[in-house]
Amino acid sequence: MVVSVIGQDRPGIVAEVSSVLAETGANIEDISQTIRSGLFAMIMLVSIDEDSTSLDGLKETLTGSGEKLGVQVQVQHEDIFRYMHRV
Amino acid sequence: MFISPEEILETVEMVQSHSLDVRTVTLGLNLAPAAHPDIDVVCDNITRIISSRAADLVPTVRRIESHFGVPIVNVRLATSAISTLLEPALSVGGSIQNDRDAEAAVVAVAAALDQAAADVGVDFIGGFSALVSKGVTSAEDRFLAALPKALASTQRVCSSVCVASTKAGINMDAVARMGEAIKEAAELTAESNGLGCAKLVVFANIPEDNPFMAGGYHGVGEADAVINVGISGPGVVRSVLENHADEPLEKIADLIKRTAFKITRAGELVARTAASDLGVSQGIVDLSLAPTTAPGDSIGDILASIGVTPGAPGTTAALSLLTDAVKKGGAMATSAQGGLSGAFIPISEDLAMQQAVRDGALSLDKLEAMTAVCSVGLDMVIVPGNTPATTLSALIADEMSIGVVNNKTTAVRIIPAPGKVVGDEVEWGGLLGGGPVMAISEFDSSAFIARGGRIPAPLRSLGN
Repeated sequence: MVVSVIGQDRPGIVAEVSSVLAETGANIEDISQTIRSGLFAMIMLVSIDEDSTSLDGLKETLTGSGEKLGVQVQVQHEDIFRYMHRV
Repeated sequence: MFISPEEILETVEMVQSHSLDVRTVTLGLNLAPAAHPDIDVVCDNITRIISSRAADLVPTVRRIESHFGVPIVNVRLATSAISTLLEPALSVGGSIQNDRDAEAAVVAVAAALDQAAADVGVDFIGGFSALVSKGVTSAEDRFLAALPKALASTQRVCSSVCVASTKAGINMDAVARMGEAIKEAAELTAESNGLGCAKLVVFANIPEDNPFMAGGYHGVGEADAVINVGISGPGVVRSVLENHADEPLEKIADLIKRTAFKITRAGELVARTAASDLGVSQGIVDLSLAPTTAPGDSIGDILASIGVTPGAPGTTAALSLLTDAVKKGGAMATSAQGGLSGAFIPISEDLAMQQAVRDGALSLDKLEAMTAVCSVGLDMVIVPGNTPATTLSALIADEMSIGVVNNKTTAVRIIPAPGKVVGDEVEWGGLLGGGPVMAISEFDSSAFIARGGRIPAPLRSLGN
């Protein structure tokens, strides 16, 4: 899965998102940060055992964390990006 | 990382800021096994087939939506042309001989479809249809007579009637009937400004795999159950063009192609996943830009971004560029193109098109010219309530001619809003939107329509 975080940069964003992922047993395989249109953007590639982890539950928790931090958090299967940007 | 952060952020931005969505996932169902001389049995069969084949449709689509993080706006059903199911009951020598009983039977079948659609959680079910491009059977005759009442008495049932094809020409008797049917449907739903007409489309060259309503139905060449997907994304295209104000038109075409490719790939992934998860055939992806009433999610805004006010000279050329580029980009993104594929220009569902009408820039005549180069036809056009049925029929005949001669699909979905005059506003809200009542010619076409008969199929050589 791809976790994307977009918003105003501030301390603690990576720590908060990482800790939520760790609590749900998600493994961070890759991480990248950039500035886009003046906004902080972080992309994480994470593996989740969908049999034991509720994707909807994880999304809800991350969205809640994002609201506290003032950033938008999305969780999407990586295939959507593969399909849209590669033949 | 397997893909660049910029590409990931581009997709996220498309969804969050530019209304990227998959417009519809439509399950086409073969209802031919429901045919029976006893209408109660027909209704039971319809209920049984839909409840068994479509029970998992909505939960499956919602799961896919969450999985990929791309909104899927509509989930719908399309059925076999219902008039064919009614042949054993309504035809000459069939089980129902009384016209009043025949009307009640048609309305009862519509009610069964309406309830079955509600039970599986879809907002529209297409296929309450008749294919009469060359002739009308006795059962279809009764079906068409009852059609306005069926539409007025149901919420979800959508109807399409194909009255013309390039191979058969134009059935002008059926065209005359449809003008009357549209008037009757408007009057029966006068309390909602003729909303019944929003569920009725008259076609030339109707596609068998169109996932969009109200014109979707499950064609005779299809399998038992098929997933067809309609894409969208006018807002995404507009935002791309706005960043390239001074580029020449071939660059604009290229940008649209690239964007259409990405949008269509999202639809292709959703179609593939939905068909696999539901265990049904994967049908087509309809390469369409379908507007909504969300600000900016508009074909009119794209035309403005290209450089023309919708309806101004240059609009037809700009629209043809747009439609062609969408098809070219989309064709690279899926091997299963189909449906209507092009740009939709429904007036009531597109804020910029509505404004162009109010400003006097866009007339019905110009809109008709635009339909020669886009995918659909005169769609969700509101005209005065006192427009004669023969004028509606003549307008339909014009639109059918464009489709028949140019070997393309065209359609008419027009609403003569009861009690409304030019300049009045009609508001339905939701997906269907609303908008200004457009002027339609007040010159009389009744003598032309009264002739009836058929306009022969056109010669396809000597092609000027």
